[in-house]
Amino acid sequence: MPYIPHTESDVSEMLATIGASSIDELFREIPEKLRVKPGALNLPDALDEPRLMAHLWSISKKNVNMADVTCFLGAGIYDRYIPASVGAVISRGEFLTAYTPYQPEASQGYLQAIYEFQTMVAELYGMDLANASMYDGATSMAEAAIMSTSIKHREKVTISEAVHPHYRQVLATYCWSMGIEIETLPAVSGGLTDLSANSEGTSCIIIQYPNFFGGIEDLAAAREAADKAGALLVVVADPVACALLKPPGAFGADIVVGEGQPMGVAMGLGGPVVGLFTCKKEFIRQIPGRIVGRTKEAHGDKPGYVMTLRTREQDIRREKATSNICTNEALMALAATVYMIALGKNGMRKVATSTVQNTQYAIQKLTEAGATLHYSSKVFGEFVLSLPKDPAVVRDALLKRGILAGLPLGEFYPELADSILVAVTELRTKEEIETYASALKEVLA
Amino acid sequence: MSNTLGFRTKRMPEPRLIFEQSNKGRIGCNVPVADTPEVNLAAILGETRSDLNLPEIGELELLRHFTRLSHINYGIETGFYPLGSCTMKYNPKINEKTAGLPGFANLHPMQPVATIPGALEILVGVQDMLKEITGFDEITLQPLAGAHGEMTCLMLIKAYFESRGEGKQRHVVLVPDSAHGTNPASAARCGYDVKPIPTTEEGNTDMEALAAALDGSVAALMLTNPSTLGLFEPNIEKICEMVHAAGGQVFCDGANMNAMVGTTRPGDHGFDCMHLNLHKTFSTPHGGGGPGCGAIGLKSHLEPFLPGPVIRHEGETVIADSDRPQSIGRVSGFYGQFLMEVRAYTYLRAYGKQKMADISRFSVLNANYVRARLKEVLPPAHDRPCMHECILTAEKYKKENGIRALDISKRLIDYGFHPPTNYFPLIVPECFMIEPTETETKETLDEFCDALIEICREAVETPDLLHDAPSTQIVGRLDETLAVKNLNVRWLPTSV
Repeated sequence: MPYIPHTESDVSEMLATIGASSIDELFREIPEKLRVKPGALNLPDALDEPRLMAHLWSISKKNVNMADVTCFLGAGIYDRYIPASVGAVISRGEFLTAYTPYQPEASQGYLQAIYEFQTMVAELYGMDLANASMYDGATSMAEAAIMSTSIKHREKVTISEAVHPHYRQVLATYCWSMGIEIETLPAVSGGLTDLSANSEGTSCIIIQYPNFFGGIEDLAAAREAADKAGALLVVVADPVACALLKPPGAFGADIVVGEGQPMGVAMGLGGPVVGLFTCKKEFIRQIPGRIVGRTKEAHGDKPGYVMTLRTREQDIRREKATSNICTNEALMALAATVYMIALGKNGMRKVATSTVQNTQYAIQKLTEAGATLHYSSKVFGEFVLSLPKDPAVVRDALLKRGILAGLPLGEFYPELADSILVAVTELRTKEEIETYASALKEVLA
Repeated sequence: MSNTLGFRTKRMPEPRLIFEQSNKGRIGCNVPVADTPEVNLAAILGETRSDLNLPEIGELELLRHFTRLSHINYGIETGFYPLGSCTMKYNPKINEKTAGLPGFANLHPMQPVATIPGALEILVGVQDMLKEITGFDEITLQPLAGAHGEMTCLMLIKAYFESRGEGKQRHVVLVPDSAHGTNPASAARCGYDVKPIPTTEEGNTDMEALAAALDGSVAALMLTNPSTLGLFEPNIEKICEMVHAAGGQVFCDGANMNAMVGTTRPGDHGFDCMHLNLHKTFSTPHGGGGPGCGAIGLKSHLEPFLPGPVIRHEGETVIADSDRPQSIGRVSGFYGQFLMEVRAYTYLRAYGKQKMADISRFSVLNANYVRARLKEVLPPAHDRPCMHECILTAEKYKKENGIRALDISKRLIDYGFHPPTNYFPLIVPECFMIEPTETETKETLDEFCDALIEICREAVETPDLLHDAPSTQIVGRLDETLAVKNLNVRWLPTSV
């Protein structure tokens, strides 16, 4: 076994030093009847490296992957271009195989990279500060909701119906276990959140920007509604859209979270991805997860980076910690850091602009082909189409023609059973959009 | 002195922040240009921003920046990483290759389930192998990290008691004082009151204290086995029986599964559920602190409450089942850490039936070897064979020489080794928790032990060397108090 380097003489020398006659003897504290007999486990046979590679290759070929089809599916995870430099950096062993930087002197590389990550994420969202990342967008939002309840000392959260359904499901699970009530604001009829309800007694109003239907919510109105309720404004924002749209921070959002996957992380069936978490300065002591801070040497003047505000965390505060979170998504945060630097100010703006441009063209072509634009709100890179035929049937028919048309919405919103959510990133070409439109026309005919 | 960390010394130029290297007009990627008709952005979006302050860097400069940063960062591929409780084993390269296959990396989580039979085969394959290795009836791969797995287990227990009408009554979770901090924090996250259980001098669970704490208010005991003291709990069956007799559930913290793989199965010990860290035991890379990957195992009475979607066999095929009325709901956005599951699958298939037990056997051999080699200078906290990690104490150097475990650890960095875990578990004074893992050679362990023996000599003869350590790194010991006092968590043009 190449991963276990012991030779026979190593083993006998080591056992002699230990004073044991066999490896088995080292397990003597495990009651005999609890020990597995050698070879008793019903597992598949070991595979050598070429067979292993061939085996995994053959399994992978059974999936339809997004390089085989043209992807117009979004709904929180996006088919965006990943610069070659991202893979080159995150596959370096010094990063890939490092642990959490608890020994800062030997971990300055990662700590500095995460400090750069925090800086750029905060910048994109227009917020004071960011943490070192969370598991994913959905859990990041759930953490923001829980953080709001502890800041406001209120046991209720309010969320728009136009927030990603999976995110709302995760929030429901977290809130159930903590005894927190959830109030939902309607959005399906107009495509944007109806903020007219009185949300008194809630700790936060959670809204997505752009929302699940692609619509650009009125964050100024959301801020007002939150103020009226004495609540925090929590925004789930697409970081790429924020390169072009006025960022949530500019509207006075208190906490802004999101999914960082569109910035250099493979879709990977949705994991691992990376949760973004930012907030106003005044809430820094309530923030969950890790934060990297800049400091200097104890006996010198050189700057350096450490994990800071550690007394919020579980290994020190135990049951009184702000969260039970121990890990962040450092490697995916590193990917996002490389992405934000590689594209930079102009590249990110270009990607966002191309997204808008391609989206507008797709709306034009697909409505010409017989679909109807369901909502009239402003959209960034995604939109809802109503179809004169069952969306699942249409999707399956288009898939046969190599087009992943989008997400039928009936499963999540019964009122939208005739609709499909379509995403168009910077990667889609004029020709691909036209091919989609003509195929749709045929399928609808 | 070993030189694993020596290629980047403090004599080389300071690494600058990327923001200080920015130059107007540069770009590090040839971004795609849309060929669709141009649009009037203001008409479509309303107000847009023009103030985005991200750096402008060329591609080569970007790569040099991160290569420099990598040179001042320690990973398993840099050198020995004996962090206790973290299982810093080799992360096989073939795993990276399989996880990078387009048929896995390019899957969209919302694409029709019928188009991902290969992905379901991987998920159910990992589940089936982990069932066999742990002895549990069911496995879910939904949780995104270890602590997330702990929390999910407690949610299952909570839903189980609610279904029996005991939800309100059972509000206490018992946690040994040696437990990881995530255990009490996860319990608090599920609305439970946490009650500590002491550990005996021999390092076992205090059975009398446990018996006294067990009543109708207890929902669960969270037990780490082998314990964080690196010891197998000899009373484990009895403990599970006692908790069950009181109507409670027993959760196994699986951080130390590496000691048990192929040798003994927590499901057979009497546990009701457990979490696994695939990023520890099953070699998915730690990535600098994540992604974690937290599978959980459970007995069939907890199965109705599993988070959705449940990936399971149905006849000849595998399905993603979301139609489960008693489910606690979703705990994460999609299917869990799928690309990490591909890595774990690859790893499990490399070991297979024939070699699986070697993982625990050689990890326990290595830990006992380090323990034996160091016992004169750093005595073990307990006079018993250890499992996959050994707990040693440096108390005498603190008493006699004013040298703390932390000083010894920092000095190890000068010798080219990553330090072990210090000050955990909390109940052992000046403690070192050393987990060598099975993938280290005897030669590496010898070099490491020789270094520690030498440092213990320095602690007595030249203690200042230790107070000032490390002196070989890009920075000396950092002022963590200052970091909290003058919080600086993002760069601003004026903040440096």
